[in-house]
Amino acid sequence: MTSINKDPSSDQLPENDGGVDVTTTIEPPAAPGPASTDAGDLGEATTSGWKLTLREFTRNKPAVIGVAVVVFFLLFSFIGPMVYHTDQIDTNLLNTDLPPGSGHPFGTDDEGFDVLGRMMKGGQIAMEIGLLSALIASVIGTLWGAVAGLFGGIVDAVMMRIVDILLSIPFLLVVLIVASKYGASVWSFSLILGIFSWLVPARLVRGEVLTLRVRDFVSAARVMGGSKTHLIFRHLIPNAMGTVIVNITFQIADAMLALSALGFLGFGLKYPQTDWGSQVANAYQDLSDGYWWLVFPVGTALVLVVMAFNLIGDGLRDAVDVRLRRR
Amino acid sequence: MTGYLIRRLGTAIIVILGITALTFGMLHLIALSPGQIELGPKATKSAIRAFNQQVGWNAPLWKQFFTYIGHLFQGNFGWSYKDNQSVMSLFKEKAPLSAFLSAASLVLAIIIAIPLGIYQAVKRNSPSDIALTAVSFALYSMPVFLFALVLIDVFALNLGWVDPNISQDQSLSGALADSKDLILPIIALAGTAVASYSRYQRSSALDVLAQDYIKVARAKGLPDRLIYTRHLLRNSALPMITLIGLSLPALIAGNVLVEATFNIDGLGLLFVKSLQLSDDNVLLGYTLLTAILTVLGNLVADICLTISDPRIRLV
Repeated sequence: MTSINKDPSSDQLPENDGGVDVTTTIEPPAAPGPASTDAGDLGEATTSGWKLTLREFTRNKPAVIGVAVVVFFLLFSFIGPMVYHTDQIDTNLLNTDLPPGSGHPFGTDDEGFDVLGRMMKGGQIAMEIGLLSALIASVIGTLWGAVAGLFGGIVDAVMMRIVDILLSIPFLLVVLIVASKYGASVWSFSLILGIFSWLVPARLVRGEVLTLRVRDFVSAARVMGGSKTHLIFRHLIPNAMGTVIVNITFQIADAMLALSALGFLGFGLKYPQTDWGSQVANAYQDLSDGYWWLVFPVGTALVLVVMAFNLIGDGLRDAVDVRLRRR
Repeated sequence: MTGYLIRRLGTAIIVILGITALTFGMLHLIALSPGQIELGPKATKSAIRAFNQQVGWNAPLWKQFFTYIGHLFQGNFGWSYKDNQSVMSLFKEKAPLSAFLSAASLVLAIIIAIPLGIYQAVKRNSPSDIALTAVSFALYSMPVFLFALVLIDVFALNLGWVDPNISQDQSLSGALADSKDLILPIIALAGTAVASYSRYQRSSALDVLAQDYIKVARAKGLPDRLIYTRHLLRNSALPMITLIGLSLPALIAGNVLVEATFNIDGLGLLFVKSLQLSDDNVLLGYTLLTAILTVLGNLVADICLTISDPRIRLV
């Protein structure tokens, strides 16, 4: 229904696009400005692809809430420690397992660390590793998928069988094995999580490239003598970018969940670093003593952030998908 | 159909071979050599070399790979130098409990998720649908172990309905004697699966509801109950077969976390303990086993789908 109303109109009025071709333009999401209305009645049809996406996204309430939650936790984790000073290096064995109260809004843990301050520290780690590993996974996956999709034939078959092989191995098990040996810093955890989670983006991008490579503009670029590298970086990847960006948000959520699982099983970051999963692991034996503040604030933060990234991902997916757009 | 089956089987064999090569590679790349494990950190280099020579670790890699595959065909997953018994005997000892846990939670998840997704699709955008979507979204974003902790806190510690200490019996029959103890682990494992299955089931049911044959069924005066069970359920539950096949790795990972949380002495806890001991033969053996199970699960799912949906006839 949407396509009947919108797509033909944008095709019929190319002069109103001002050179902006929805299919080939790739721009960073523009700031939400007033929609350009130079086409009068057809105002909506003439706005560029990314503006439409952004408008669609901001109409999606859960997704906007997701953005707000992520922004809140970014501020909480990175700006928070500047405002709320706590000692996260030296243990304080006189003040262990204090219930929430004066001086310690969320109490203290079994080593006397302030729980709120510790959550900020764990939040930094979760955000950094989540983002870094998602980027690593997306770069590998995008290149892999684009090459497989463009070359086709035996190259495609071999590359995608490799993806199949890796996909059938439970992700968490491999990551646990490698992280228990090499996991030490933010970078090593990001690399480990990233290197084992590029499979889904590779599949998505390959699928996208398979439909893109038979499109006229790709054929045109090929006929004009564009090399394979040029095709991949100038035409295929930019056009598959929507899918990749949507997937990055889900990757961040998954990486955070995986990191928390590593931490929970005792293979998270080591002292003086900490992560949310390790904090829950330290505390869960104490749950039977009624020390709920050691588990539930951290757990809530973890669920909220992961949920926020999933909501953003859902919102972006709906916004990028033209078919789902509201008329 | 036969051609498709043969090709699908061929792919599965290639994938299993690839997985085997991968675990074999990891065994040699990142694992300690048997000598280092067995003789400990204080052993001299020559002693380690001699031990490795004896167990065939120094043979050419391709030769070792063929031995490795040969052993796998005999159900030999190597030797656990920490537990001083074969990995297979460890697996045999722990598998029944884990298998029961996984199977029970999978069945429970399917029984809950499919009607739930259909209900949500039929009542879409109603307050109950929105509330259920929110709950399943939260559950979907929650690590399994955290959900397990919430369950323990509420039902074992606060309400006291079940004993927070799980029976430590390794055998399945022993654990089943205290079957009440297994309720929380099964719910914990099923919860995450319900969250993802019901979301797919809901969107799949929404797709089917928009089909013409549903309109026809309504137009000819078929009662809602029959529309939902005869037309909607059957058609919309089909894609779930693939999804369930694909979700096996997550189920296995969940098993590891749930067994670690509840301290259930199954394969998952064995994996965690082996991680702490760096018992690589057990770790990679378990990885290989679960990966092969996943491939077989996907194969079975694909075949089931082809058989049950006559529209899918892949050459």
